[in-house]
Amino acid sequence: MGATYFISDDADELEKATAIIFPGVGHAAAAMDDLRAKDLDVWLKSTKKSVLGICLGMQLFFETSEEGDCKTLGIIPGRLKKFDSTQAKVPHMGWNQFDTKKEHPLINGVGNKQFLYYVHGYYAPTNEYTLASCLYIKDFAAVVAKDNFMGVQFPRKIGSGWITATAKFSGYGEK
Amino acid sequence: MSSEIMLTKRIIPCLDIKNGRTVKGVNFIGLRDAGDPIELARRYTNEGADELVFLDITATKEKRKTLVNLVRDIAKEINIPFTVGGGIRTVDEIEEILKAGADKVSLNSSIVKNPGLLTEASSAFGSQAIVAAVDAKRVGKSWEVFVKGGSEATGIDAIEWMKKVELLGAGEILLTSMDRDGTKSGFDIDLLKLVNQTVTIPVIASGGAGTVQHCCEAVLNGNADAVLAASIFHFREIEISEMKKEMALQGISVRTINESIN
Repeated sequence: MGATYFISDDADELEKATAIIFPGVGHAAAAMDDLRAKDLDVWLKSTKKSVLGICLGMQLFFETSEEGDCKTLGIIPGRLKKFDSTQAKVPHMGWNQFDTKKEHPLINGVGNKQFLYYVHGYYAPTNEYTLASCLYIKDFAAVVAKDNFMGVQFPRKIGSGWITATAKFSGYGEK
Repeated sequence: MSSEIMLTKRIIPCLDIKNGRTVKGVNFIGLRDAGDPIELARRYTNEGADELVFLDITATKEKRKTLVNLVRDIAKEINIPFTVGGGIRTVDEIEEILKAGADKVSLNSSIVKNPGLLTEASSAFGSQAIVAAVDAKRVGKSWEVFVKGGSEATGIDAIEWMKKVELLGAGEILLTSMDRDGTKSGFDIDLLKLVNQTVTIPVIASGGAGTVQHCCEAVLNGNADAVLAASIFHFREIEISEMKKEMALQGISVRTINESIN
C-alpha cells in the first residue's frame, strides 16, 4: 500500500503514528482486558487520529458485547450479539455480499454486492454509522464510520475489497 | 434453511504436500505427483476456488521449516483464505504457521491425543482459526475416528467426537470419509447428514468427489457448508468455474469471481 508502519501497544508510541490500524481476533472481553491493562481503551476513545478497526477491532467500537457480557469502547452505539445457531451455522464463515448504505471515502469504488470473506460468531448491529451491511440470519454492520473511526468486519488480507479499503484508508489518514 | 441466509457454499481444492510437491493417493495410499503447490494454488485462485487446504504429509525432521517457508510463499501468491494441516502438535507450531500467513490451522491426530490443545489454541487465536480434521471410517452402522493419516483406529465414535470438538472450541470441521477418499464414488451423504444435524459449526465435506453432481449432492442432501476435492481439480477433470455454474443451476448459492474486483 506504500505506507510505512510499525506495531505497538504503547500509547506514547502510537501518538507518533499518522493513523492507526486496529486489528483483532479472539474474545471481546479478553481483548478489552488487554486494552485496559495498557490504558489503551482511554487512549483509543480520545484520539483524533484516523483509526481503522478490523474484525474484532471494529466490533470493539460498539458499546457492549454478549461475548463475556462486557463493556467495549462505546464509540458507536449498540450491542454485539451472537448469531442464532438454531437458524444457521455459527460462525458466519465464507464469502458473502456487501450492501452499500452510505457514501464514504473508505468504500467509494469498492462496489455494491462485493464478495468478501467473513469469519465471525458475533455481529454488530446496523445503525446510522453503518456504511455497508451484510445479511446472515440478520442484517449486520460490515463497514462502519463515525468521525475519525472506521471499521470493517471482514478480516485482514482477505478479498480485494479489503485491499482497496485499506489502501484508501492509508490515503485518508494522511489528509 | 431460511432465505435470509445468503452465504455462499465454498469449493475447496485440497493439496497434499510431500517434500514440497503436491501428491495424491487413493484410500490414503499409493501416491502420485500432481505438481508444484504454489503453481496449483495460483491456478485455483484464478479459477475461482473459495479457499484452499494444504495438508503436509512429509515425515522428516526438516519438515516444519520447509512447511513454514512454503506457507510464507503461498501467502504472498494468493488472496483467498487457506488452511494448513499435517502433524501440528503444539500452540507454538500453530502460531508459527499462522504468523507465516495461513488463515487457519487444521488439527487431527494431535487433538485426539490431547483434546485440551483445541481449547488452548482457540482461546489463543480464536476458534475461526482452528479447524478440527476428522478422518472417519464406516464400521457397521456408525463411523470410527482414525488417526495418523488413517493408519490407526481409535475406537472413538466419529459423531460423538465431532460434538466434542465443537464444545472444545473448533470453529470448523474438515470431515473426510476414509471409505470414499480417492475413489471418486461420491461423498458419504449419510455421514454428512448426521453430522450436520448434530453440530452447529461449518462442516467441509471431503472424500469421494468424482463428478460435479457428487459435490451438489454433498450440499443439497448432506447439508455440507463446503466441499473439498483434490484429484478432480489437480488433473483438470473438472474446472471450478464449470462446477460453480452447475451448482448455481441447481439452486446452490456460490461466489462468482466476475462479481469481485480483482
